[in-house]
Amino acid sequence: MGEVLQIDRIRCDGHGLCAELVPELISLDDWGYPIIKPGNVPPSVVEHARRAVDACPVLALRLARTAALVAR
Amino acid sequence: MELIARAAGAESLTAHLQRLGPMPALPSGALIAEVEASGLLGRGGAGFPVGRKWRAVAERAAGGAVVLANGAEGEPLSFKDRSLMTARPHLVIDGALLAARAVGASDIIFYVGAEHRTADAALRQALAERTGEVRGRTRIVAAQAGYVSGEESAAVHYVNAGDARPTSSPPRPFERGVGGRPTLVQNVESLALAALIARRGHAWYQGLGRGRARGIGLLTVSGAVNRAGVHEIELGATLSDAAAAAGGLRGDVRAVLLGGYFGGWADLHEQWGLPLDAPSMRARGLALGCGVVHFLPSDTCGVEATARFMTYLASQSARQCGPCVFGLSAIAGATQRLAAQSPQPGDLDRIVRWSGQLTGRGACHHPDGAAALMHSALQVFADDFAGHQRRRCLTISEPARVAVA
Repeated sequence: MGEVLQIDRIRCDGHGLCAELVPELISLDDWGYPIIKPGNVPPSVVEHARRAVDACPVLALRLARTAALVAR
Repeated sequence: MELIARAAGAESLTAHLQRLGPMPALPSGALIAEVEASGLLGRGGAGFPVGRKWRAVAERAAGGAVVLANGAEGEPLSFKDRSLMTARPHLVIDGALLAARAVGASDIIFYVGAEHRTADAALRQALAERTGEVRGRTRIVAAQAGYVSGEESAAVHYVNAGDARPTSSPPRPFERGVGGRPTLVQNVESLALAALIARRGHAWYQGLGRGRARGIGLLTVSGAVNRAGVHEIELGATLSDAAAAAGGLRGDVRAVLLGGYFGGWADLHEQWGLPLDAPSMRARGLALGCGVVHFLPSDTCGVEATARFMTYLASQSARQCGPCVFGLSAIAGATQRLAAQSPQPGDLDRIVRWSGQLTGRGACHHPDGAAALMHSALQVFADDFAGHQRRRCLTISEPARVAVA
């Protein structure tokens, strides 16, 4: 049980704030869209991740509990 | 032949019933159990177990589900779904009716590619031969042309709102689909096979197939063969069997595209004995997908063919997700420059990097499929891509190239 960062790819407009707030987990591609490091969010950066979720201007980023994930 | 007919034209209801007998009276639980025990895997491309999908919808439905029989067939190299609907429309209808009984669905939608006119006419004619009760709970919806229209969330979105673009998930269609109801989206070939399994039992299906593979399926074979078309095979038949079924190869073929534009290239000599069934192919990093087998003609450059396919896939993005919109068009552009032997410095390296970043970064799997195709091309045509970065094509001879230029 842990938490993962998820992106609603349709909403995301590539503002890029998330990558500035959690560079440990998020980098940007050549067009400014986020690339998320796979796996659970380590406890040491959960606070940063939460701040990134709150800062996303289009509400495309969220923290989800891994147990609630639907396999796809 | 179970799924395709030798005779021209659609099979009538009378002929269908004479050949197969009436639909079995199995209740929901027994139907799902038969299909599960058969091991039938979905034929739309993803290869998901059909019985497990039926159970997932049945558990949520409480009688109010919807069945969406998916005959959109947007894959440019696939013709098997429209051929099946044209030849054996009643088998597809039976499959949809049985699936509806299994999952507890009142309504059935046949989602048929708008350009598949013969298949649409055959289904309409077949539904007219059915009882008023069947006609009253079924309708045909014309799917927009386009690669993504057949993706399951796009299909549901189109029926709900006239917009054939995929939606963010969750919820998936089996949770909340057409009209907000649990919806079984199932490829028409999968439904036809389920209709046969329901009549003959899972042991019949398990008794078919070669080697460790079980069952039968449809392939669309094209490219450098003498008789391109739709062929029914026992799963586990080899790539060489598929070539033989299509009248043999024409010329010295080096590469084959397996599974369609979402599948991948394979080296023909390495894979000549490849068993065509989903598990064997997955074990080799390949995919049966929707059953496309396309032999690349010996005079066609793999870089050029890949550029064509990537350009098409980029054009078919639903243009909703940045990584797909920008990534695919950038990869297509760089591949086109390579194909034309006028690359920018570093084009090949950029293609490798960009295609490595696409997987899992769209609402649907469109970018994943395009990335898989590109990865396979970079492996199978490694020398060709390296040559093109140096402005040299290995397929067309130097004098011919100069003459063309």
